Amino acid sequence: MSNHHKNKKSYDEMLAEAKNDLTTGVGRSVKHESAAKQVSGEAVYVDDRLEFPNQLHVYARLSDRAHARITKIDTTPCYDFPGVAIAITAKDVPGQLDIGAVLPGDPLLADDVVEFYGQPVVAVAANDHETARKAAMAAVIEYEDLTPILDVEEALAKEHYVSEPHTHKRGDSSEALATAPHKVTGAVHIGGQEHFYLETQISSVIPTEDGGMIVYTSSQNPTEVQKLVAEVLGVSFNKIQIDMRRMGGGFGGKETQAAGPACIAAVVAHHTGRPTKMRLPRMEDMVMTGKRHPFFNQYEVGFDDEGRINGYEVKLAGDCGYSPDLSNSIVDRAMFHSDNGYYLGDATVTGYRCKTHKVSNTAYRGFGGPQGLIMPEIILDDIARQLGKDPLDVRKTNLYGGEGRDTTHYYQKVEDNALPDMIADLEESSEYRKRREEIRAFNASSPILKKGLALTPVKFGISFTATFLNQAGALVHIYTDGSIHLNHGGTEMGQGLNTKVAQIVAEEFQVDFDTIHITATDTDKVPNTSPTAASSGADLNGKAAQNAARTIKQRLVEFAARHYQVTEEDVRFQNNYVLIRDEILPFAEFIELAYFNQISLSSTGFYRTPKIYYDRDNARGRPFYYYAYGAACSEVIVDTLTGEYKILQADILHDVGASLNPAIDIGQVEGAFVQGAGWLTSEELVWNDKGRLMTSGPASYKIPAISDMPVKFNTRLVENRKNAEDTVFHSKAVGEPPFMLGISVFCAIKDAIASVSDYRISPAIDAPATPERVLWAIETLKQQSKTEAKATSTETI
Amino acid sequence: MIRFLLNQELREEQSIDPNMTVLNYLRGYAAKTGTKEGCASGDCGACTVVIGELDGDEIRYRSINSCLTFISALDGKQLITVEDLKEGSKLHPAQQAMVDCHGSQCGFCTPGFVMSMFALGKNNSHPSHEDIHEALAGNLCRCTGYRPIIDATEQMYEDKTPDQFDRAKEQTVARLRALQQDAQPEITDGSKYAFNPRTVGELATLYKANPTAKLVAGGTDLALEVTQFHRDIEQLIYVGDIAEMKQIEVFEDRIELGAAASLTSCYNALTDEFPDFGALLHRFASLQIRNQGTLGGNIGNASPIGDSPPALIALNALVVLRDGDETRTFPLEDYFIDYKVTAQQPGEFIEKVIVPRAQAGEEFRSYKVSKRIDDDISAVLGCFNLRINDGRIEDARIAFGGMAAIPKRASHCEAILKGAAWNKETIERAKEALALDFTPLSDFRASKEYRSLAAANLLTRYFVELEATEVTTRVSDYV
Repeated sequence: MSNHHKNKKSYDEMLAEAKNDLTTGVGRSVKHESAAKQVSGEAVYVDDRLEFPNQLHVYARLSDRAHARITKIDTTPCYDFPGVAIAITAKDVPGQLDIGAVLPGDPLLADDVVEFYGQPVVAVAANDHETARKAAMAAVIEYEDLTPILDVEEALAKEHYVSEPHTHKRGDSSEALATAPHKVTGAVHIGGQEHFYLETQISSVIPTEDGGMIVYTSSQNPTEVQKLVAEVLGVSFNKIQIDMRRMGGGFGGKETQAAGPACIAAVVAHHTGRPTKMRLPRMEDMVMTGKRHPFFNQYEVGFDDEGRINGYEVKLAGDCGYSPDLSNSIVDRAMFHSDNGYYLGDATVTGYRCKTHKVSNTAYRGFGGPQGLIMPEIILDDIARQLGKDPLDVRKTNLYGGEGRDTTHYYQKVEDNALPDMIADLEESSEYRKRREEIRAFNASSPILKKGLALTPVKFGISFTATFLNQAGALVHIYTDGSIHLNHGGTEMGQGLNTKVAQIVAEEFQVDFDTIHITATDTDKVPNTSPTAASSGADLNGKAAQNAARTIKQRLVEFAARHYQVTEEDVRFQNNYVLIRDEILPFAEFIELAYFNQISLSSTGFYRTPKIYYDRDNARGRPFYYYAYGAACSEVIVDTLTGEYKILQADILHDVGASLNPAIDIGQVEGAFVQGAGWLTSEELVWNDKGRLMTSGPASYKIPAISDMPVKFNTRLVENRKNAEDTVFHSKAVGEPPFMLGISVFCAIKDAIASVSDYRISPAIDAPATPERVLWAIETLKQQSKTEAKATSTETI
Repeated sequence: MIRFLLNQELREEQSIDPNMTVLNYLRGYAAKTGTKEGCASGDCGACTVVIGELDGDEIRYRSINSCLTFISALDGKQLITVEDLKEGSKLHPAQQAMVDCHGSQCGFCTPGFVMSMFALGKNNSHPSHEDIHEALAGNLCRCTGYRPIIDATEQMYEDKTPDQFDRAKEQTVARLRALQQDAQPEITDGSKYAFNPRTVGELATLYKANPTAKLVAGGTDLALEVTQFHRDIEQLIYVGDIAEMKQIEVFEDRIELGAAASLTSCYNALTDEFPDFGALLHRFASLQIRNQGTLGGNIGNASPIGDSPPALIALNALVVLRDGDETRTFPLEDYFIDYKVTAQQPGEFIEKVIVPRAQAGEEFRSYKVSKRIDDDISAVLGCFNLRINDGRIEDARIAFGGMAAIPKRASHCEAILKGAAWNKETIERAKEALALDFTPLSDFRASKEYRSLAAANLLTRYFVELEATEVTTRVSDYV
C-alpha cells in the first residue's frame, strides 16, 4: 500500500522533529502554490487546454449603435464561409435569454433593441476563430436608431435609473449646514476603470450526455455560471458542471462578466453537439464587458474652525450603463464608504443608479467603495485649503473616536479603530512633517517641477452587503498515504487564495504545505458557492476548509484516544507527526492506521459569517463583520508645463490582522496600491459622441507600467494587531482595502497643483488626473491666484 | 522554405500561412501554450519570446513580441520560449527568482516577464536600476505593482552558473550557421506569399516586380493589420535579413542608418551623438518593439505620431529612396506630404537614413508628452535644435509630432527665433507663433487645446534647460 515504513526514524529523531514549528503553516510566507508552474509556462489556463478534433470557436458580432431597434437580422451570409457550423441570435436560445446577475436586464444576445455600442447581437461558431469572425462580420443587421443617453449628468437630471435612489440619513444635515461656521461645496466626476486582467474572458464547453455541459471557465463565480448556463439551456443545475482552476486575473471583472461567453458557447454546443470555446480578443473584451462605474458626485459640507465636519450632504450618482447587473450593491457600497474613516456628524448620503446607453458597469476591486471613499478625501483637502491648514491635520481631527463619535451614518459602531495609531505611526516613519518642509523649499526654488505630498487613510467594511452571500463550503479528503486533497468554493485569480487555504489546512493537520493538493474549483465538489469577491475569499473559504479539517481531525483524535486508551487531550498533531501520549507516529502512518480502523477521512466544511445584519429600508444595521484599515503617504512630482507626473515615494502601512501569509498580503497591498493609483491617474476611459469606447486596447488605455511604480516603495503590515473578531486565525481580508491607498497619489498630485497658489486654493480636478487635467488645473489655479492677487492689491489701495 | 531552431529542434516550414504570427505558430501549430496572448497588439508583453541570432561567433539574444512577428522573420534564427528555460526539474535562475520573490500572482504575464528577464541576463551582466526598468517596460503586470518583479530581476543575477544556453553555445552557433541560406527563402499557403531577400539588389528586383507587396522589417506596425484589423496581406517581403540594410556607419560628417536597422541598434549609435535622441528612443514604445522595429519602418508608415521623424527632421536628416538600381536622396521633411501620404513612389523603398553629425553650438532636445511614461504614444512630441552663438540664435530647426497630419516643422516659430536674441522675450514670441504653425486635433489622447499649450510650453522647457542646467526639468529623470 505504501512504502513510508522504509528508512524509519528513531523515536528520538521523530520527537525532535515534532518539537519544531511547522515551516509552511499559517503566518509563513509560503510561495504561491502555482508559481513554479506559472514561471515555466506549465500552468494551464482555459485557452491552454488541449482542443478536440471537432472543436468550435465562437466570435460575437457586436452592435455598432448605442441605442437602436433591430429591424433585421440575416445570418444566411455567415454560412458562405467554409467551416462555419452555426450562427445564433437571441431566438436560438433554448431556455431563458436573460443572464442578469440579480435583476433581469442582460439579454445573452440582443433581442429587439440594442442598448450599448458593443452589445453582442449574433454569435457565429466555426472550426477556427478567424473564420468565425469573418462570418460574423458578414451577418446583415439593420437598425432603426433610438436616442441614447450617454452622459451620467443627463441621466441623473432625467431620473433615468436602473433602480431607485436610496438614502442613508443620520440627524438633520440641512440644519447642520445652515448653521455651520464654514462650508465647502463642489462636484466631481470620478472615472471608471477597465479591469485589464491579462487573460481575457474565456469559457470552453463540452456537451455531455443528458443534455448537460462541462464548462471550463475563467470565472470568479462558478456557481452563477452553472446557474446561468442551466437557465439559458433550460436544464436543471445538476446537469451543469463548472471547472475553474485559475484565472489570469479577475479584479471583479469575472464576477458576472464571465457568464456571457460561457452561456453563448453552451448554446452553440447545445445546438451542434460539439465542444465550443469562446475567447474574447482584447478589443472585444474591452468593448463588450463591464467596467468600474464612473460616478458623478456632488457635495455640500459644513465644518468648524478646526476643520471638523458637522454637516455632510453627498449625492453619489453611479453610471451603471444599460442594465442593473450588480449596480444596486455597488452604489450602496459607495454610500457605505462615503465616510471613509471619519465621523460625519449629521449626514445625508444619497445614491443614484443612473442608466446610460453604455456597457453595463460591474464589480471592480472595491465594488463602488473607492468612488464613495474618495469623497471625504477630496472634501477634507478643500477644507484644509480654506482654513490654511495641513490636510493631514484636518484628516486627523475628523477620525472616528471620542465621545459620541464612533458610529457611522448607517449606525454601525466603529469598534477596534486602528486608524489613529496607524496614522501616527506612518506620519513618523514616513517623516511627513520633515518632508512637508523640504517640499515647500523645493517648490519655492524649482521653476518647472513641483512636488506634492499626501497621507490618506482607508477604512473598508468587510462582508458582502447582500448578507446571504456570506457563506462558504469546502471539501477535504485524506488519502491513505497521508496526502490531502483540498477543494473549496473560492476561486484562484492570482491573489493566493488557494495558498492561504492550504496553509490553513496544513496548520490544522500540522503537515507540510506540499502534503496538500489543491484542485480546480468545481461545482460537483462544493456546491452553491458565493463569488470570490468582496475580499472575502480567505475569510469565508478558509473558515470552511478549517471546519472540514477540524471535523476529520476530531474523528482522528477520538479514534486515537480509543485506540491507544488515552484521553483526547493526549493526542496532538505536531509538525508532520501525531503524538499520542508517549507514542509518536508520522502523520501518514497514523492516517493509514485510521483507515484500517475504518475512520472516515473525508469531510465537507461550512461557514457563515456571524453577527451581521442590515435593514436596508431603514438604512441601519451592521452590514460589516469588521473593518480593515490602511494608510499611505505618497509623494509625487508634477511637471507644470505638461501636467505629467511621477510617484517618487509611497510609504504604506496596512492592517491585515494576523497575516495568513505576509508575502502574499504585501503582494496584494502593493498591487492594489498601484492599481488604485492607475485608476486615478493614467487610466482614462474615453467614449465618443456615438457611445463608442475609443480607449479599447492597451495602446490607448494605459494601465500602470513599471515606471509608474513609486521610485521608493515601502510597504509594511501592521504587526501584533490581530483581528478582534473571530476570523480565521484572526486575519483580515486584503483584496480590496489597499486599492484605496492609491487615493493618496491623487491627493498628492492635488497638493503639488495647490502649490502654484501657495496652497490657498484647492484645485477642482476630476479623476483620473491625466496630465491634461493636471495642466488645466494648474492653469486655472494660476489664473485664480492672479485674480485674487489683483483683488487683494486693489483692496489695499 | 524557412528553417529555424525551436530551442534546439530544427523546424522547416514551406506550406504555411505567411500572415501567421510567431505567437499563433507557437500556440496553435507547435502546441506550446506557455507563451500567452494578452493583447495581440504588442502592448502588454505577455507573448514575449527570445530570438537568438548569429553575430559572428556569438549569439545575440533579443526579446520580441511574438504577436507582432511574422514567422518568416524566424528564418536562420533560434526561437526560445518560456518552456525551454527549465532544465529537467530545475528552474532557470530567471524563473526561480520570480518564484522566490513572489513575482507571479495570476501568472498570465509571467512567461513574458521571465523571457524579458532572460534576455536581459543574456545582454547585460551588471544591469543598473534603469537597465532593469528598460528591459521590463514593455511587460504589463496587473497584479503585483512590479516591485517583486524588479527584486526578482536583481536576484536572478546571484546565480552565476552558466545555463544550458551558455553551455550549448558552440553547438547552437554551428547549427545556426548550417541554417543560413544563400538562396532567398519563400513560404506560401497557396494564396499568400512571403519572401526573404538576402541583398538590397534582390529586394530591389523583387519589389519592382511586385510593387503591391508589403515590405516588412520589424512588422511591429504592419502586423497590426493582421492581428487587429484582420486584413490579409498577400505578399510580404521581409527585409530583416538584408545585411546592407541593417548597417549603421558613422562618418566624419554624418551617420548612415540602414532602414532595416533595429531601433535598438540605432539607439546605440544616436545616443553617443545626441544624448536626447537616446532619451527619446528610451521612451519609444518598449524594448521588445525597439528590438524589432526599425527607423525605416517608423518613417515609412508615415504616422503623424511616430516618435523618430520629428527628431530626425529637427536634425536635418536625409532619406535615401531606392527604385531598382536608382536612388534619390532628399530631406526627410519633404518625405511627408499629407496624412499617410509620402513622396515614396510605387516600387520605391527606403534604403537608409542619413543624419548629419552634431555641429558646434547646436543644442538638440526632444520632449515626449504622453499619459504614461513607459510605452505610450505621444500626445505631443517636440524636437528642438537651435544653434546659439554669443547670445544670438543663428539657426533653428523645430519639428513636432502629434500636432498635424504629418510630422512637421514649426516654420513660423523658427522664423521668430532665427537671428533673434536668446532670451525669454524671444521664447515668448516664438511660443505665440506656434499657433500659426499648427491647428492640432482632439482625440482620446489629448484635446487640441492641450496639445497647443503643451507644445508651446516645451519651448519654455528648452529655454530653462539651456539657461539653468542645474535645474531638473523632467519627471522622467526620476527613476
